[in-house]
Amino acid sequence: MDEKLKRDIILDNYQNPTNRGLVDTQGYIRVNTRNSSCVDNIDVMAKLENGIFIDIRFDGEACAISTSATSIMIKTLIGKNIEEVKYIIDNYEKMINEEPYDKDLLGELVVYDTISKQPSRKKCAALPFESIKKIIEQANM
Amino acid sequence: MNRNDFDMLNSGLIYFDNGATTLKPKCVVNEVVDYYTKYTANAHRGDYDISAIVDTKYEAVRDKVKKFINADRRDEIIYTKGSTESINTIVFGYMMNNLTSGDEILITKSEHASNVLPWLELAKRKGVVVNFIPLNSKHEVTLDNINSVITKNTKVISLAHVTNVIGDIRPIEEIGKVCKEKDIILVVDAAQSIGHMPIDVNKYNISFLTFSAHKMLGPTGIGVLYGRYELLNKLTPLEYGGGMNTYFESNGELEYKPLPERLEAGTQNIAGVLGLGAAIDYLENIGLENIHKYELELKKYAIEKLKSVPNIKIYNENSQSGVVIFNIDKIFSQDVAVFLNHFGICVRAGNHCAKIVKDEINVTNTCRASFYLYNTKEEIDKLVEALNNQDKIFEIIL
Ligand SMILES: Cc1ncc(COP(=O)(O)O)c(C=O)c1O
Repeated sequence: MDEKLKRDIILDNYQNPTNRGLVDTQGYIRVNTRNSSCVDNIDVMAKLENGIFIDIRFDGEACAISTSATSIMIKTLIGKNIEEVKYIIDNYEKMINEEPYDKDLLGELVVYDTISKQPSRKKCAALPFESIKKIIEQANM
Repeated sequence: MNRNDFDMLNSGLIYFDNGATTLKPKCVVNEVVDYYTKYTANAHRGDYDISAIVDTKYEAVRDKVKKFINADRRDEIIYTKGSTESINTIVFGYMMNNLTSGDEILITKSEHASNVLPWLELAKRKGVVVNFIPLNSKHEVTLDNINSVITKNTKVISLAHVTNVIGDIRPIEEIGKVCKEKDIILVVDAAQSIGHMPIDVNKYNISFLTFSAHKMLGPTGIGVLYGRYELLNKLTPLEYGGGMNTYFESNGELEYKPLPERLEAGTQNIAGVLGLGAAIDYLENIGLENIHKYELELKKYAIEKLKSVPNIKIYNENSQSGVVIFNIDKIFSQDVAVFLNHFGICVRAGNHCAKIVKDEINVTNTCRASFYLYNTKEEIDKLVEALNNQDKIFEIIL
């Protein structure tokens, strides 16, 4: 993907993120995740039915990378089951750690494929996935 | 001032994160290197020449620190690894054993984590009560506000001399008078003021003072705990081992050394101590008053110039130290910091480890530019110029 297109996707998801704003409805698992450098702070809530993510929402204060990554992640994961989600997370983490990964699984998330060049931003790109991992953990309890 | 003394500046780097740590002048670096290349030895141990050199130098720095903060006695100066260890030693070595359940401690919401968490932990373990002194509309501590929350149970007031977020200077001398009158222990966290302005523990009636060398041109991993002798002598050591005992027998008979050795168990950060000494010499040579004046000049200049930047909000225009905190409207502070990094400008984004200050200034995140003696107006111009290019931010950072 060319750099300009990547930037446009990131910016669009930062400025008009998917499913921003939490809801007060029953049946969601809600977690808070912060970046260890004490900046980003996001809440993510997800609703699962029969092991499938039928809704994911978020809110919080975060930088352009974290916010856009959360937005793109939400679009990518809604409708997938836990196993598929785990597999996507695994591939995403491989991508940002510069290991071999399956590009086709990640869709628009590949816009972060060069994020490892900016080590301080890697954590930002990884943040929303930390939330989903926590949600999966809670769903399995 | 003296920019040539700082090798880090040779690359053209614009370093505005002095609140986090400062650059080191050549004399400090050389002092540390000399220890490792010319007379490496332990202190207080050998009878050979280089050990004696180390011993003399190590103890001479104690005298320098004593004079630097105007303490009465050299054995009131304890080396630690930094402010954090100093405060923890006060809380868990002194307060733990000399306060009782129900005693009150006053701090504020703009303290650094290291002057909050030890007290909250003490409250949990010991049943003491931590109360917050209300801040005024400029987020500052006033004498009236302190007086309004002192009760007969108030035993300790613990404050930063200068805060690391807003950069306001607390009226420590006046607070010291109140504490003396009411027999309250005054703990002063000087992490942000040491090396930026004169500090006088006697004049200010300070009971305990803490600071880190790395924020005053010295090495990391070395700091100071000052305590007035009568108090410090009642501080139970947190560490036991070599260097702090006069003798011990297998039947349990033992004796600890007097101050300061009693509170310096184990081999100390000797290179750090020597580097701290060189930093004190360097700062005194310039003069603390001069440094403070210069920082204020930079701050005034920065405020004036930054005000012309579109969409900027400055939160601490009036504080009397070299700290400016700001945000650019609708841009996350970390994104601004990453953007400035592309221009070789180092600023800090975030909540600056003072997490509860957000209750006060109603923003959780800001960018902080903190100046020191080697910064210049030209560097501030470059910051302003970069911020004036804010419409290119996403092109640059994404
Ligand atoms: C006001 C204040 N107190 C304490 C500290 C802790 O210093 P150190 O990390 O060197 O122990 C800092 C450091 O940022 C500070 O700014």
